[in-house]
Order: sequence, then structure tokens, then C-alpha cells
Amino acid sequence: VLVWVILAPLLGALINGLVFASGFWKRVIGGDEHTEKRIVSFLGCGVIFISAILSSILFLSLLELAPSDRRIVQELYLWIPSGDFSVSIEFLFDPLSCVMALVVTWIGFLIHVYSIGYMHEDRSYSRYFTYLNLFIFFMLVLVLGNNFPLLFVGWEGVGLASYLLIGFWYEDYEKARAGKKAFIVNRIGDFGFIIGIFLIFYVFGSTNFSDVFSKALDPAFIRVIPGALITVIALLLFVGAVGKSAQFPLYVWLPDAMAGPTPVSALIHAATMVTAGAYMMARCSAFYTQSPTAQIVVVSIAAFTALLAASMAITQNDIKKVLAYSTISQLGYMFMAIGVGAYAAGLFHLVTHAFFKALLFLGAGSVIHSLAGEQDIRKMGGLRRYIPLTSYTFLVGTLAIAGIPFLSGFFSKDEILGSLIERGFVIHWIIALITVCLTALYMIRLYILAFEGGTRVPVPIKGHIHESPYAMTIPLIILAILSIFGGYIGVPDFMGMAVGVPQSNIFEGFVAPSLYVVELSSSIHHILGHWSVTLLSIIAAVIGVAIAVYLYIVNPVSQQTLMRNNLISTVYRVSYAKWFVDEIYDSIIVKPFNSISIWAARFDLEIIDGAVNGISDVVILTASILRSAQTGILRFYAAAMAIGALAIIVYIVISAG
Amino acid sequence: VAIGVEHYLVLSSILFVIGTIGVITRRNIIIVLMSIELMLNSANLAFVAFSKVLGDMTGHVFMIMSITFAAAEVAVGLALVVSVYTHRESLNIDILKMLKG
Repeated sequence: VLVWVILAPLLGALINGLVFASGFWKRVIGGDEHTEKRIVSFLGCGVIFISAILSSILFLSLLELAPSDRRIVQELYLWIPSGDFSVSIEFLFDPLSCVMALVVTWIGFLIHVYSIGYMHEDRSYSRYFTYLNLFIFFMLVLVLGNNFPLLFVGWEGVGLASYLLIGFWYEDYEKARAGKKAFIVNRIGDFGFIIGIFLIFYVFGSTNFSDVFSKALDPAFIRVIPGALITVIALLLFVGAVGKSAQFPLYVWLPDAMAGPTPVSALIHAATMVTAGAYMMARCSAFYTQSPTAQIVVVSIAAFTALLAASMAITQNDIKKVLAYSTISQLGYMFMAIGVGAYAAGLFHLVTHAFFKALLFLGAGSVIHSLAGEQDIRKMGGLRRYIPLTSYTFLVGTLAIAGIPFLSGFFSKDEILGSLIERGFVIHWIIALITVCLTALYMIRLYILAFEGGTRVPVPIKGHIHESPYAMTIPLIILAILSIFGGYIGVPDFMGMAVGVPQSNIFEGFVAPSLYVVELSSSIHHILGHWSVTLLSIIAAVIGVAIAVYLYIVNPVSQQTLMRNNLISTVYRVSYAKWFVDEIYDSIIVKPFNSISIWAARFDLEIIDGAVNGISDVVILTASILRSAQTGILRFYAAAMAIGALAIIVYIVISAG
Repeated sequence: VAIGVEHYLVLSSILFVIGTIGVITRRNIIIVLMSIELMLNSANLAFVAFSKVLGDMTGHVFMIMSITFAAAEVAVGLALVVSVYTHRESLNIDILKMLKG
């Protein structure tokens, strides 16, 4: 069964690609386009539905087992048998990969359905579904693979699918360029990741998860290897995660990745692929828990990323860019939790974030769809009256991400903030708290500018604003419901009674067998109590909401008053320019690299090519001299032969005599 | 005067040199072919002479083979000469220098 979870999307991709996207259907069979779209939609969504159902069945069968036995392993065949190094195509279904597989398949299914509506007009419809199915296939290989090489195959595969989908409208140079940027920036991270995998094989002599982690947790084994090795491995793997999950300093590809179709942004660049880094680090919890140095690096980079991205999100005017920076910031939260060793909290946020961020992106897609491609929130406003369903579901997503109590984002965010302070990372906790405030501010700003107040939509488009088709609105409604109630699977222990959930923290209990967590020693007391931490984060969120409401609804004139302040307008401009990070990268990395390339090209052209051409010139010169001997006159050849033979005879006679 | 092996060899050398000079100096293709035949036959003569002196039949065998090949060579050579003549309307060997380097 497990194999079919993975193979179903591959089959979908193959059929969609070979039969429809290749033009075989249209040109060879002569089928019409309408039927093609129907078959492609049915097939594309159907295969994902099959794998979603199958992974749900596997999830139920996992629940029947005792918590410590919850592992289903299926080996297909030995892939690379090479001496000591052997890699199998082998899949693992344990609580951790189960959570990921369920999120990927179900959210993926909803987004496939949504895409039927969103991409309906596109002429590369079947190519789109081919890529989308291919992505789900690689993502499942990533989360279900039972060894590092297979994880890496999935890792690269989703990178490829992401590249193909960002540059989906490749006729547009900027969009093709964004795809390239994503691919190249990810390459930098993958470099660290693959060295990490080599090092794992070198140290542990295996790449299989259970072999590696059982050795990593064996005190006798750890004692004989150099102490810093675990830290080095953990940091190299983190470099990979930084690239894939868009953390500072490699996050720059993600905002540009918004060039792809909006459902793609929802699926790949918000809900699933970017969380692969968090999944991988949770899988490697045995390394991170044993390396305090790596933990501090991870949590610091994550906190910095969360704050930086949130500060950029505040001033952006493109609806998708705001959501992109918000994704980076939320990924920062997940990595903070993972960095302090609260893997379950990070994964819980991963799940709730998948719900509400998919909802927000699909909502944004619905807005863009109804406005005929407009993405600038300055040209929106008052859309609530025209597209009520989209705007209400978007509001749910906004409140969930802002951390308004009792929606899903509140519980997961609270657990992360709680675990930060529980483990004594006070400075990081303060940064996270500021980020909560900023998150509420930029999300409410986005909502108000797009859906509330008077409309700023240009007149020609205004008449055509329409609510999106059912294929798009039904996924929105389902995701909105998940965003509201999804948090109740992981209500923190101390809140259980207060919100009336009988069994608190089901989620943490479920994933615990896959994770290696050190129990906190009782000597570490909370600096603040549970409830006061929660209260502070609620206050932070409410402050953010209040500022946004004041600036954009109650007193819009105050924006100008604020901008007259030099300091604030400078901060605004810096934030609007995204802290000039792209420009800095351009001048310290891209430009020097380009000039090195120019020198290298010159070296190649003049010195290497010069040497090669010089040799051939010498040959040509010699040949032109020797050529004069070949006159073409047969009698001359005969004479030469005769004289030559005579000379040889004379020589033999003389030397013999 | 008793005819010894030296006489045969001298005759053979004279024939060979005449043939060589013919190949080098004459321009008519037919004459060149004939000169080549002369060179071959001088060699055959030397074979037979040595064979007789040494009492070994190998020289005879070589001579017979050589005559056979020479017959085939003349057949092919004359056919080529005819073909050359139909194309070029000349038997001058010096005009055949398309393979000049």
C-alpha cells in the first residue's frame, strides 16, 4: 500500500505528461481540447486523491499499533549495492512521515481541485498538472524515504518541480529568471546538505535512518568519534534546510518565486516544499538535540529571519509578496522551535501553517482571478462587497496567522513561544514576541487594504469582478474550517481544561516516537508562568491589530503624519526596499562573480584556445612545407622510389662491407 | 663460356634498370605498363636462376605466382588505361595528377 501512495502521483504525471502535455492526444489521436482538460483534471486530482486516501488508511493502521511499534517499512529493491555503501529504495511510514504525508496529500489535493478553476483558461493546462503531480511524487519520496540518499532524491526533485512551476510562464523573461534564481540559490544550500550526507556515511558507515540514529544515540559510539563531528553534520544539514526552507541568508529566492501561478505558491512555497527543511531537521533530531552549538546557531538564524521577513512584509504592496515574506517569517518560527529542541511544537506549527497559509494564498489567488490578474493592493479595496466568500475565508486565515486566540495559529505559535522561554532563550523569545506583533500588523493591513474601505479598483475592471467558481471556493471553505479547528489537535497541556478539550496535546503524543527529545530537568523553572506567556503573546497580537486598524480604518490621515517623521519614513523606505538585501547580494556576490567569469572566459579564449590553435598552426606550417613533395606526377614518385631503394641497397652494402 | 648464375643476374639487372628508366622517363601509359612488366620479368629471372643454383623449388613457385599476378595486373591496368582514355582523350601520364597535395 505504501508504495502506491508514492506511485499514484508519478503515474498521473507520466500519463498527463506523455499523453496530453506532449501533444500526443491532440496531434496523433486528434482529441479536442475540452475533453483533454476534463481528462487531465480528473486524472490529476484523482491520483492525488488516491494517495491521500491511501495515506489516511495507513495513518489509521498506524493508530492501531502500540505507540512504540508505529513503523511501517517497505523495501522495494537494492538501489546502489557498492561494497560498504548500499542504498535501498525503501520507504518508512512512522508518525513523523505520516504527518507530512497527510499534509502533503490532502492540502495537495485541495490545491489540485482549486487549480482546475484557477488555470482553466491557460493553454498549457496539461503541462501544469503534469508538473503538479510530479511535485507531489517527489515530495512524497522526500518525506517517506527511509535513508538520506532517497531523501536527497526527493529534495532535488521538489527543487526541479519548483523550478519548472515558478518558470511556468516561461515566455516572460522575468518569470523564467525567477525560476532560475530559486534553483541556483537552492543549489548553495544543497551543497552543504550533500556534504553533510557524505559525512554521515563517513562517520556512521550507513545512510539508513534507523542505523544512523541508533548509532548517534549510542553513548559508546559517540564517545569514540570526535566531539565536534555531530555539530558539523548538524550545521551542514542546516545549510541545506536554510536553502530549501528560505531562511536568512538564502531566503531571497522565495519572494521571487511568486512569479509562478498562485496555486503553486500555495502548494510549494507555503504549505509543503518549504517545510521540507523543518521535516528533515525533525527527522535528524538525534543530531540537533546532542549539539547545543548547532541549536544556538539554528535558533538565532531563525529568530533573525522571522523578524527580518516580518519587517519587510509590512510595507509591500503586492498581495503575494506580503504572503511570501510572511511565509519566510513563519518558517522562522518553525526553525526556532526545532532549534530549541521542541520538535513537536515546530511540526505542529508546520501543520497549522499549511492550513492557514494555503488558505491565504488560495484566497489571494481568488482575488487575483476575479480582478483579471491584478496583484497590487493599492488597486484593490472594498472587495468584501464583490467577493464575500473569498474575503471571509481570507479574514479567517488572517486571524489565524495573527495569533488571535482559539484559531489554529494561536495554539501552535503559543507553544513555540512557550518552549522558547521554557528552555531559557529569553532574547529569542522577545524577538518572537515582536514578530507576533508585526505579523498581526501586516496581515491586518493586507486584509484592510484589499477587502475593506472604499474601492480603488480601476473602472474598466470593476464591472467584471465576480466570485470565483466552486472548484476554487470549496477548497477555500474547507481550508478555512481547518484553520479554525485544526489547532485543537495540539492544544498545550495547561490550556486543555480552559478551552474544553478533553485530551490535550494529541499531536505531540502522536509524533513523539519519531523524535529524540531531552526531557527538561526540573531545575529549569519558568521565568514566567504559562498563562502570562500566553497573555503576552495575545497582547502583542492585539497591539499589532490595533495599530493596523487605527492606521488604515480609523484614521488614515495619520499615515501622512507618521511619514513626516524622518525616522519613520526612513525605516519605511528601507523596509520597502527589503533592506537592500538583493542589492547587497548583487554587489558583493553576483557582480564580482560575473567579473571573475569574464576573466575566466578571457583566459579560456586567449590562453587555452591560443595553445590549442598554436599547435594546429605549427602542424599546418609543417604540412605546407612537406606538401610540395607530393606533386601528383607519377613518374616523379617512381623515380623517388627507385632512388630510395638504391640508397638503401648502397647503405646495406657499405655497412656490410 | 659456361653460363653461370652471374650471367643470369647481370641480365636480370640490365632488364630491371631498363624497366625502371622506362617507368621514369616515358609519358605514354601503355609504355609505362610495359616497362613495369619488364621489371617484373627481370625479377622472375633472378628467382629462377637462384632456384636452379640452390636446388630449391621455392623460387619456381614464386615465379609462377608472380606471372599469374602480373597477368591479372595487366588486365586491370589496361582496363584502367581504356577508361582513362575515354575520359581524358589522352594517354599522357602527367595529366593524371588530381591527387596532388
